[in-house]
Amino acid sequence: MLDVRSATKLFGQKAAVDHVSMTVDGPAFVGIIGRSGAGKSTFLRMMNGLTPASGGQILVEGRDILALRGADMRAWQSQCAMIFQQFNLVPRMDVVSNVLHGILNRRATWQTVLNLWPRADIIRALEILDRLGIAEQAPKRAEALSGGQQQRVAIARALMQDPRIILADEPIASLDPMNAQIVMDTLKRINVEDGRMVIANLHTLDTARRYCDRVIGMRDGRVVFDGVPAQLTTGVARDIYGADADFNESATSTAIPTDTSADAEYAARMLA
Amino acid sequence: MALIDIRDDYLAQTRRKRIYGGLLVVIFVAMMVSGFRVADARNAGGFWTGLSSVGDFPADVVSEAVAKVANLPGHMVRALPAMVETLNIAVVATLLGCMAGTALAMGATRGLARWPRLVPLMRRISDVFRAVPEIVIALVLIFILGGGPVPAVIAIAIHTAGAMGKLFSEVNENVDLKPLDGLASVGATWSQRIWLGVIPQVAPNYLSYALLRLEVNIRASAILGFVGAGGIGYELRNAMTFGQGKFDQAAAIFLMLFAAIVVVDQISGLARNRLTHGAPL
Repeated sequence: MLDVRSATKLFGQKAAVDHVSMTVDGPAFVGIIGRSGAGKSTFLRMMNGLTPASGGQILVEGRDILALRGADMRAWQSQCAMIFQQFNLVPRMDVVSNVLHGILNRRATWQTVLNLWPRADIIRALEILDRLGIAEQAPKRAEALSGGQQQRVAIARALMQDPRIILADEPIASLDPMNAQIVMDTLKRINVEDGRMVIANLHTLDTARRYCDRVIGMRDGRVVFDGVPAQLTTGVARDIYGADADFNESATSTAIPTDTSADAEYAARMLA
Repeated sequence: MALIDIRDDYLAQTRRKRIYGGLLVVIFVAMMVSGFRVADARNAGGFWTGLSSVGDFPADVVSEAVAKVANLPGHMVRALPAMVETLNIAVVATLLGCMAGTALAMGATRGLARWPRLVPLMRRISDVFRAVPEIVIALVLIFILGGGPVPAVIAIAIHTAGAMGKLFSEVNENVDLKPLDGLASVGATWSQRIWLGVIPQVAPNYLSYALLRLEVNIRASAILGFVGAGGIGYELRNAMTFGQGKFDQAAAIFLMLFAAIVVVDQISGLARNRLTHGAPL
């Protein structure tokens, strides 16, 4: 379904994405990990057409989407939804309007200016919001919502596009652990229930292990790991992040720990 | 609340908004049409009858300039010193006005001002500065100081200070306050905080507005020449009031003014790009 052939992006002399190749068959949940500047975001932006590529091909069902221009490119973008770290909603418009922006590709400019949307689409937008558990927020302005709610509005906008592929660029990096879990659960649900491919840039290893069917590690623009989550040992992670033996992923993990020994010890101290 | 209620509420709200929007458009169109008709009725000549002769004066100027095209370079060379004077008036006035405007803006922005109680006073000062037309200030100063470039500089600088005080303080409103917190946390004084935390953030915008203002001021200083402040405006008035036979001179001056504006626009575009995106690699 997705076949990436040595996709490359140069910024000046430096390769942000350096001959990346991979194939994904069927609606998998793919996680891309790597430290900041490894080229994860640039790769997703190339897939969506936000950043033009310098070379290579990205074939989706046999069609090279890097070669698309103009209206063809916009049509592809409407089938390939993108979710951003900072949500990228229109802050002063209401939640339903933001969700309706998902179908802008098939709406004329004058219809958008006059804010005319078909009744059926409004109803579908509300149903998507209901599915994501935020229908109550429908008439509010997007900027009035919390981060987790805004990210779910962004996911609703993505679903409104009815896409085959959903790209998520650090979708939970700006969220607290609880909202992060809600958002990741939502993405996983869409992946499993609707059969849509999800490609997510993630910056926490435990999230990648828990949600992904497949994990791709990038370092300095190259793919340095491609496997299932079980293969993602601490040693492999050190290679991906270019870290030495001091690297300890639990030091900055945002997962809520399951063990309660610290609590027990604290309780014992308080009771003594 | 069930989904069905939310849905009905939202659809009702959409319908209401559409009705209001439609009514507003109708009212707007009605007011425009009736306003135009009133204005046309009060017009001495009448809009539709006069419309056909709007192009007469430019046509006269252009046809005479085309006929005497050989004279244009000579007229331009002769008018060059006056053009330079006009540009000088504009540049000096813009510089002075922008410095005063910056001071006014820093005092007129809520959240940044050193003395928050003086914010309304600062705002009113810039209101007054830009409410008085340049030409009025210039006429008064010419009466007191006599003709010449100095009254024009002062008149334009005052107006510029008022306008820039307003525009710069709007830029200041959108400033990111985080660096200011950072600087305050190390014990910086107000002026240090403004110099390091605000000025670098707003400089590209300030420059952009200042260069736009320079273009406006070139035109303003040309107009002030009409009332005796010297420069290209004086030459232009002479050429235009002597009427037919001197239109080639007027055309030469128009062309020079146009060229000056284009050059300033090009230079300011380059300067702005360099300031916002850095020097080309």
